[in-house]
Amino acid sequence: MATRIQFENSCEVGVFSKLTNAYCLVAIGGSENFYSAFESELADVIPVVKTSIAGTRIIGRLCAGNKNGLLVPHNTTDQELQHLRNSLPDQVVVQRIEEKLSALGNCIACNDHVALTHTDLDKETEEIIADVLGVEVFRQTIAGNILVGSYCAFSNRGGLVHPHTSIEDLDELSTLLQVPLVAGTINRGSEVIAAGMTVNDWTAFCGSDTTATELSVIESVFKLREAQPTAIVEEMRKSLIDSYV
Amino acid sequence: MAANMFVVPQTQGTVLCCKCGILMAPNPANMCVTCLRCEVDITEGLRKHVTIMHCPECDCYLQPPRTWLKAQLESKELLTYCVKRLETDLKKVRLVNAEFIWTEPHSKRIKVKLKVQKKALNGAILEQSYVVEYVQQDHMCESCTRFQANPDQWVASVQLRQCVSHRRTFFYLEQVILKHDAAVHAIKIKQMDRGIDFFFGNNSHALKFVEFLGKVVPTDKGKRSQQLVSHDTKNNSYNYKYTYSVEISPICREDLICLPPRFAVSLGNFGPLVICTRVTNNITLLDPFTLRQCFLDRDQFWRYSFKSLLSSRQLVEYDVFNVEVVSPEYNVGGCKYVIADVEVARVNNYSKLFCVRTHLGHILKPGDRALGYDLYGVNSNDNELDKYIDLVVPDVILIKKSYEEKRQKKRGKPRPWKLKSLNMELDESSEEKMGLEYEEFLRDLEENPELRFNLSLYRDRDYQPSEIASMADDDDDVPSVPLEELLADLELSDVEDGEDSMRE
Repeated sequence: MATRIQFENSCEVGVFSKLTNAYCLVAIGGSENFYSAFESELADVIPVVKTSIAGTRIIGRLCAGNKNGLLVPHNTTDQELQHLRNSLPDQVVVQRIEEKLSALGNCIACNDHVALTHTDLDKETEEIIADVLGVEVFRQTIAGNILVGSYCAFSNRGGLVHPHTSIEDLDELSTLLQVPLVAGTINRGSEVIAAGMTVNDWTAFCGSDTTATELSVIESVFKLREAQPTAIVEEMRKSLIDSYV
Repeated sequence: MAANMFVVPQTQGTVLCCKCGILMAPNPANMCVTCLRCEVDITEGLRKHVTIMHCPECDCYLQPPRTWLKAQLESKELLTYCVKRLETDLKKVRLVNAEFIWTEPHSKRIKVKLKVQKKALNGAILEQSYVVEYVQQDHMCESCTRFQANPDQWVASVQLRQCVSHRRTFFYLEQVILKHDAAVHAIKIKQMDRGIDFFFGNNSHALKFVEFLGKVVPTDKGKRSQQLVSHDTKNNSYNYKYTYSVEISPICREDLICLPPRFAVSLGNFGPLVICTRVTNNITLLDPFTLRQCFLDRDQFWRYSFKSLLSSRQLVEYDVFNVEVVSPEYNVGGCKYVIADVEVARVNNYSKLFCVRTHLGHILKPGDRALGYDLYGVNSNDNELDKYIDLVVPDVILIKKSYEEKRQKKRGKPRPWKLKSLNMELDESSEEKMGLEYEEFLRDLEENPELRFNLSLYRDRDYQPSEIASMADDDDDVPSVPLEELLADLELSDVEDGEDSMRE
């Protein structure tokens, strides 16, 4: 289910939040509206954590993570790190990494199995990513842009990339990521996909400027229409239970 | 490593338009053109209706604040004018194309289709065309109003006078004015006794003309007088008619002058009898016996304001019998002179032979005819001459060589060149005398190249050189205008009405 929200009158919700399958991080805003939007969707299922990173509110672009772990930049304060470790579930490993490119959200795009990174990332950082997040790491560009984390957003079910991506690139990325990809826009024609939305396997949050066309594209590529958290359980139940009584 | 790397061919994919959902190629706005056009109107805030003023008498359009531009319907000038009226609007967008849409000629509407470009969202450049309608309002321009009220209305006039008995200066001045287009703004030009009157619609035009005159002929400063025409008590503004009175110095070329004693002394005992050789805005005086030259500018002249003793009407013909060169050739101010002793006698009185000194030794040969002043026989009533007590006055002063005989052979043969003339109202009474003087003036032009310097001579299209005796002409040494100096007459300049395309 895709929802349209705003953070303090800005439609770039992917900048101020980070959504994964195991947790959700939200920036501290002036009013509680942003936080309550997430809470109403996700409260029972996964923890929604209010935080700042390096004293800023642009947490979505500074950190990268999936259900296995969370990577934060070197300028995260100790209190923030501690707060994150306390609030997130125990199986999520929170790791601070020393990396020159500190906006990890712009440099790394990942789901639970594969990650795409900035071409100039350190070798050690790549190893840490593979280790902490438990993913396969590929260095890639999207439509000629090296900031892969900004220009694409993908989950385990599908992905949305920069509208100028050529067909050959789209095929190549799709093969790497093993998910269906589509080129499209967000927030009424904006090309910066990951800044305008945040997505996990069953829900997505988009900026309020997103048109109906864009929303339908998102819902179809990320397969959100039928997806409810319980639906996953239902599928599993069908295979577990032999017969109805 | 191979120099040419394998580059994967890139085909552009398609995205859905974010508004209407149709497939399209991605563009900076990521909206299809139709949606973009609905979204953004780049002609917003631009004027679509403009009022322009048109003068029905002279078909001019007003460019505020005061310029009237003449233009035909559906012409390039009109298009430029219409686009210029929208200047403030067109600063915001970029103009790509402009053209007229046909409207009925008497509908008083002009329609112009403009195509403009502007940057829209996200850097996409959008192109759009729109129509601007101009409503023509009739309003007479100031000059037509003034003309309608009183056709003879002038605001400033310049009265140019010269107190001499011939009109040579005015013929010459006419040609100089034509060459420099100094009288383009004159409403009317009238020939008067001993002068010309110029009428202008604007005081500044008259002032400019007076200044121009000061540069080409030696005039005095000019006196101005004004006459009150009307007085607006509420605005405290006054309308005047201005009249400038300008006098040209009475000294002309080939005049014999006796300088006042004080003036001669101040110039370093410059021989009191001098000839005037050249008149531009300075007067050039030549002492024929010492070959000293002196220049007077107009301030100097008008301080002493002397008159000439004898002028070119009193020239008399002499036959030259003997020439004895006395001095080598001197170059005085560009002209060569040789002092010689000559024996001359008047053509109609061979009895008296005069032996005189002259400066024309370089061109006179025995058997020639020369023109000069007869001081032996003349009865001059001149104050200045009387002031000199022990002055030896020569009997004859020769001025120039005469080509009269040779001209007799060429009489009736046309000249290969012609002059233009100003649009003057002529004084009918003196037409015959004028014809003779004009002929003399043309001869003067032929003989003196320096006189032609400031003028434009035009090739006469109608001139056919006669086949008979063309050989004889070549041997003649009558001076004539060389062909290189003649200007080919442009077809356009034949239209000599006073209409300008720009009027204030």
